[in-house]
Amino acid sequence: MSTVYRLRTNTGAVFALSIIVLLIAVALAGPWFNPNNIESLDWAHVAAYPSLTGAHWFGTDRLGRDLYARTLEGMRVSLAVACVASAISLSVGIAYGAVAGYAGGRWDHLMMRFIEVLSGLPLIFFVIFLTVIFGRSQYLLFLAIGAIGWLTMARIVRGQTLSIRQREFIEAAVASGASTGRIILKHVVPNLLGPVIVYATLTIPQIILFESFLSFLGLGIQEPHASLGTLIAEGAGEMEAAPWMLLVPGGVLATLLVCLNIVGDGLRDAIVGRESAAT
Amino acid sequence: MTPALDIENLSVHFAHQHGAIAAVREASLTVRPAECVGIVGESGSGKTQTFMAVMGLLSAGARAAGSVRFEGREILGLRASELNRVRGSKLTMIFQDPMTSLTPHLKIGIQLAEVLVSHSRMSWREAETAALRALERVRVPEARRRLRQYPHELSGGMRQRVMIAMSLLCEPKLLIADEPTTALDVTVQAEIMDILRVMRQESRMAIVLISHDLGLVAGLADRIVVMYGGRVVESAGAADILERAVHPYTAELLKCVPDLRRPRLERMPSLAGQAPSASSAEVGCAFAPRCPLAGERCLSERPLLRHIGGAAHQAACHYPL
Repeated sequence: MSTVYRLRTNTGAVFALSIIVLLIAVALAGPWFNPNNIESLDWAHVAAYPSLTGAHWFGTDRLGRDLYARTLEGMRVSLAVACVASAISLSVGIAYGAVAGYAGGRWDHLMMRFIEVLSGLPLIFFVIFLTVIFGRSQYLLFLAIGAIGWLTMARIVRGQTLSIRQREFIEAAVASGASTGRIILKHVVPNLLGPVIVYATLTIPQIILFESFLSFLGLGIQEPHASLGTLIAEGAGEMEAAPWMLLVPGGVLATLLVCLNIVGDGLRDAIVGRESAAT
Repeated sequence: MTPALDIENLSVHFAHQHGAIAAVREASLTVRPAECVGIVGESGSGKTQTFMAVMGLLSAGARAAGSVRFEGREILGLRASELNRVRGSKLTMIFQDPMTSLTPHLKIGIQLAEVLVSHSRMSWREAETAALRALERVRVPEARRRLRQYPHELSGGMRQRVMIAMSLLCEPKLLIADEPTTALDVTVQAEIMDILRVMRQESRMAIVLISHDLGLVAGLADRIVVMYGGRVVESAGAADILERAVHPYTAELLKCVPDLRRPRLERMPSLAGQAPSASSAEVGCAFAPRCPLAGERCLSERPLLRHIGGAAHQAACHYPL
């Protein structure tokens, strides 16, 4: 209750959240209001300026493709990557971290060392490696980012579990004869949701950024599909002749990231505030 | 008749960097069916750890040795899944601090019903009706509304009643109450003790009441076991302990119980000296350094538990009162 209230009183977070909602709505519903699709080439308007009265609101790229349609596509792809990858990192991270933290002792030690080994892997090499073995595919990208993202999540969840395990209601649950699996699922995990949600909202921008980075390097989304990263990469090449090709996707990415970070911070303040008020 | 609980030579050690720490040393005690046994002692006397071992709740670094039989069946060292067949249903425990013993994000009704669903394979609907009846038994007002409430919406006394209701759901044979009223204020304490008394008469279960408050224990217990330094030092019927305590430690404890009928004293009597350290090696009687009657023998030879006075009266002392 009070978490939502605290978040609502944070004007900046509410403002940022409404911008995110607006951007998502536009990304999802936008194509229906735009006659141009992402692939059709308009030879009459190659590298056209953005104009709200013309056929291409955000202008076109040097092949005459509509930049508005492509930016929306890019947003959809970036958000999808963010959602899928954070879902993977959430589910794997929570399960792994909660089990390690609750089991404790030798198991905890072993499971955490495994995480340290994994986080020692250089990320870019890992992704290049995967693309070499499995070929380029969107799903691989989702998987690769998710596979890296859960490491930190597992660490955070494990730390929280260690402290929750000491609380008396866990002891009471053990004394009432609940099985270990049930205790982890029903008594431990719901109590870690606070910090987990905060961390998840703060990872989403990181994932979007990382996806854009990989796509910028040509390891991610492939033509004719677009992500914000590939659009920015294209735009960077035409920076002097057609600056809007960089500014439009760049601006959208920056707005999205800033807003997500503000919401994440607001959420953290709201939840941490709740916990400090409770003790 | 098989005793409800039979503890024999139970020792609990904690691994520590400077060798093991002994929290409980060869403690033996028996709880008969439908009997209420009070366990009394200072902090660190091993009373809680003894029963943590019984419930399989010892922390990871602890080792228990000896024997604990519940209704004739050995339960010490059982795997959690096997222990769960009795734990929470036939053998239950309520804890010192009701404020933190309930899971904060689950409604009272769900927490109560969960116990029944996992132990007696009841449907959730049946379990909820049973939970409602259990709350009414422990005199929770507006029980139906409480089922829908979260733990933070209830007062401390109310939460302890919920804990008691939870421990009684499966008709236990033995309830272990570990300082059930320490965190509550005095008027609520009286009510909780009264509920325990009534529940005991209604359901014929045995109760182990752990407390440092002799006066509180005396009100409910048939028999009182006094622990000191991880050992049982005296064990007798409640009236015998109160009127004919033979161990000097019990006698000192009794002096510390305030009594309104006695003339008012300048200051509350208290037991001088420190409780023995659990890490120190034991030579002689653990109470000897604080004992007004200690002699040479007490420092060199550890007194064994033996019958003094009646058949049911045992004490470990060389020079009983």
